[in-house]
Amino acid sequence: MSKRWRTGLSIIAFIAAAAVIYILPSVLELFAIINATIYVSMAILALSLALIWGAGGILSFGQAAFFGLGGYTYAVAAINFGDSTWAVVLAMVVPALFAALLGYFIFWGRIGDVYLGVITLTMTLILYKLFNATAGDAYTIGKARLGGFNGIPSTPPLNLPWDVGTALMPEEIWYIAAGLLLLFYFGSRWLLSTAFGRVVISIRENERRTELLGYDVRRYKLGIFTIGGAMAGVAGILFANCVFVSPTMFSLFYNAQVIIWVTVGGVGTLFGPIVGAIALQMLVAKLGTMNGLDPNVVRGAILILFVLLVPKGIMPVLQSAFERLRARSPVPPEPAAPRSVAPPVPKHEAGKPEAALTVGGGS
Amino acid sequence: MDLVVVVILQVVASVASLALISVGLAVIFGMMRVINLAHGEFIMLGGYAVIYATRWGVNLWVAMLIVAPLFVGVIGIVVERAVIRFLYGRMIDTMLATWGLSLLLIGAATMIFGNTTTGVSAPLGGISIGQYQTSLYELVLAVIVALVLVGLMVILKRTKAGLIARATMQNPSMAASLGISTSTVYSVTFGAGAALSGMAGALIAPLSGVLPTMGISYVAKAFITVISGGAAIISGTLSASALLGSLNTLATFAATPVIGEVVLLLTAIVLLRILPQGITGKYFRRAL
Amino acid sequence: MDTKLDRRRLLKATAAVAGAAAATGPWFIRDLHAADAIKVAGIHDASGGLDLLGRPMIDVLTLAVEEANAGGGLLGKQIELINYDAQSNIQYYTQYATQAATKDKVAVVHAGITSASREAIRPVLRRFNTLYFYNTLYEGGVCDRNCFCTGSTPAQTVEKLIPFAMKKFNGKKIYTLAADYNYGQITSKWVKKYTQDEGGTIVATDFFPLDVTDFGPTIKKIQAAKPDIVMSVLVGGSHISFYRQWAAAGMKKEIPMASTTFGLGNEHVVVSPEEGNGILASYAYFDEVATPANKEFLARYHKRFGAKAAPLTEVAAMTYHGFALWSAAVKKAGTTDRMKVIAALESGLSFDGPAGKTTLDPATHHDILDVYIGEVENKKFKLLKSFSQQKPADTAAVCDLVKNPNDNQQYIIDVKV
Repeated sequence: MSKRWRTGLSIIAFIAAAAVIYILPSVLELFAIINATIYVSMAILALSLALIWGAGGILSFGQAAFFGLGGYTYAVAAINFGDSTWAVVLAMVVPALFAALLGYFIFWGRIGDVYLGVITLTMTLILYKLFNATAGDAYTIGKARLGGFNGIPSTPPLNLPWDVGTALMPEEIWYIAAGLLLLFYFGSRWLLSTAFGRVVISIRENERRTELLGYDVRRYKLGIFTIGGAMAGVAGILFANCVFVSPTMFSLFYNAQVIIWVTVGGVGTLFGPIVGAIALQMLVAKLGTMNGLDPNVVRGAILILFVLLVPKGIMPVLQSAFERLRARSPVPPEPAAPRSVAPPVPKHEAGKPEAALTVGGGS
Repeated sequence: MDLVVVVILQVVASVASLALISVGLAVIFGMMRVINLAHGEFIMLGGYAVIYATRWGVNLWVAMLIVAPLFVGVIGIVVERAVIRFLYGRMIDTMLATWGLSLLLIGAATMIFGNTTTGVSAPLGGISIGQYQTSLYELVLAVIVALVLVGLMVILKRTKAGLIARATMQNPSMAASLGISTSTVYSVTFGAGAALSGMAGALIAPLSGVLPTMGISYVAKAFITVISGGAAIISGTLSASALLGSLNTLATFAATPVIGEVVLLLTAIVLLRILPQGITGKYFRRAL
Repeated sequence: MDTKLDRRRLLKATAAVAGAAAATGPWFIRDLHAADAIKVAGIHDASGGLDLLGRPMIDVLTLAVEEANAGGGLLGKQIELINYDAQSNIQYYTQYATQAATKDKVAVVHAGITSASREAIRPVLRRFNTLYFYNTLYEGGVCDRNCFCTGSTPAQTVEKLIPFAMKKFNGKKIYTLAADYNYGQITSKWVKKYTQDEGGTIVATDFFPLDVTDFGPTIKKIQAAKPDIVMSVLVGGSHISFYRQWAAAGMKKEIPMASTTFGLGNEHVVVSPEEGNGILASYAYFDEVATPANKEFLARYHKRFGAKAAPLTEVAAMTYHGFALWSAAVKKAGTTDRMKVIAALESGLSFDGPAGKTTLDPATHHDILDVYIGEVENKKFKLLKSFSQQKPADTAAVCDLVKNPNDNQQYIIDVKV
């Protein structure tokens, strides 16, 4: 594919996606729009992990920490200010700052691999336990009771900037959520095509070599980690608007779920995790309406089968099928990246360079 | 004075129980670099094994120390053959697959056992220390854990099987070229790790009860303990359990259980920042 | 999602067929009622950590609907029950509540176990004008004209339990252990108030996150404090380990125990007799209530779900009562229209059922109900005392929907201690 061709395709994809987002509320019933907004907020969360794990090679087990912090910051700020405008800004700044601090702690300590996973997971669990322990009267920030396990049910919905009187309707929140997803997706693609993004990807491919080329890898990792944190914070704001904030946002369940979405969608791609998040959310919501089979059995079986049979995720498989079809060549173009060979390699998922750079051809 | 003795006993009991719930995971991680997220469910299955075995008239101790480990060990071998062996060298994929297994087992256990399974009572009763009473079983548990760790050490250091296992762990291709079937070694090791988890579940069942979802309470803690301990199986588990368990208990005594848990987790974070390879990445490097 | 038009056409066609079938004779209705039925939704946890409470609620709701249908349905129509499994996840409560209200367009939703789940559902159903029944005992204080709470609250149970326990165990010093969330925090305040009203003192109150399983240090702390009575407000599967560790330390015969929660999740069946015997608890319903109405109800329940089905507790019984109250109101109003049904429910409607007589209090939308105190004896409760027709005095202190029909919040009741 030539570069020009690809840019054209991107523009077409963008317009098509925008059109779908615009039309959806007039086609779907209200409940479907509200559910779709929840799925989209989850897709943004998945995208944030796709960015730092798929592109940056940093497997965070605690992406839900930023998601939860975004939600809580938004709820507390919106209740206190009465206006959601600054609450939104704060709810992006706080997770980003937290990510920056945590990232500084991790990357300047040269912690990598599974140890990084444990630190991020542990951090989230601490937040989970602390927020769970806020049921008492003492835990009130301004006018907002943190509420412990029960969370903050009375989260105010988004309003027009500086116009408290106009709370947004579900359809309008849908436009915002879906618009943001679109923005973040194309923004991430752009980011990865900049000089900064190229360095981030090269760190994932070979950290030592990048460093020897004179780049301070710690700064680049910190940068992408912080951006991912802010994005997860936005997902938290949207989630707070459609569900509500409670400590479960920090739980092991959400942390693992994001990783599952990204894996099923395809690590190293940006579009795959979005598809993975939305498809699995729809499936799991469906499971709750079928009585008899325990949803955990289905969820577990899907995960095992995916890891065994489609380890690269949906997107790369679909893409290679598509390419094969287009080229009408019987030989599938396998990503020929050098996989690290030594058996007990802690270094994860090496072989996805091509995917990250080219995948995501829109819808 | 009584209080000091009681606090010390409580610390010993906490350290022992942390080591107990972590050792199975440590064997699998230390030997095979596989992080088994279905570890909590192996513990849960060990608990159910004890309940059903005693219901069918098996002696409680036999059920806890023989039946449960055997049962879960066999399940472990089946899991290794069916899933894990396709994923060696892909740490993240094994984590995801075992996470799936964990969900599957929780769901299956809910469907099979329901959630009102009667547990087993702790044997042996309580003993008095001055004005305090403590469960004798908890103390016996600490002794059993010590024996298990010593036993594990002896097997790894003094037996041929242990030698083969260690050889495979250190250099699989060399071991394979010496005629060792590494695939069998991995399989047996995974089974042994599962058996230890099953025994852990069996031993804690009288104190915590058994529910399909009980594994979730243990898996994160075990995971953090094992990683903090580093790659050495026994000394890693022991040192990390000792550090985290005693700080947790002391903080719980001094403040609240929440503070106790947070102290445990914060310690693990600080520890990994200072010693990125875990305790045994820096100290006792040549130990097991 | 993109085949909406087709689907709508299909639905119309189905409705037409069903209508034609219905016209041919009433006995067809039972099979082909889908388009013409009154829809009722239940949202409970059938999987995940809370399923031990959720499953009996779902079973009993199913039983209630089946019985109503066997008796000819409601207003001549069959009732279609849609059960959602929220999988112990608050997110799905919101999603399914939205779905039930806007897609299924149900007449009423019976849903929620924890207060967190109720507070997730309540605003959704209020916004979409769908009647809501919450059938679990809880900390009290919900004030919302669209919502009816049929379970008991602390002023109904704890008020009776504390004096009873203090008298029976002849003690004045109480050590409280409570789950660290709203229910535990608020209930422990009530425990303190009623203890002090009786001239007793609270030695200490400890709070535990819901996932704590190790109670060793706490048991030592209790031993150091030497209370006369231990009061347990512990909740959920993990906290059951407290009762086991308490017994294992040999404390059972040293300090007696009462609880506002023991037995609600069938804890008395799960622990062994040595661990459970002697614990006092107080609810608006026990499986062991020996009225003819309850015996018949249990016989029907076990006939439907098997002799080994889990024993029923207050949450299940109140789900039955909640459904019965709603259907009585629909009959009285002659319609499923929400405001008319609310008006009928506010007319002091009563239902005499397995848990005795329950009457909805118009001012608070809470139940006036009978309260029992039971003692665990070999995996059963031995009923020691009953108190007839207790009013929801705690919620009544903060909530008056007759005066303020537009009130819509959960008050955190300020307990004067």
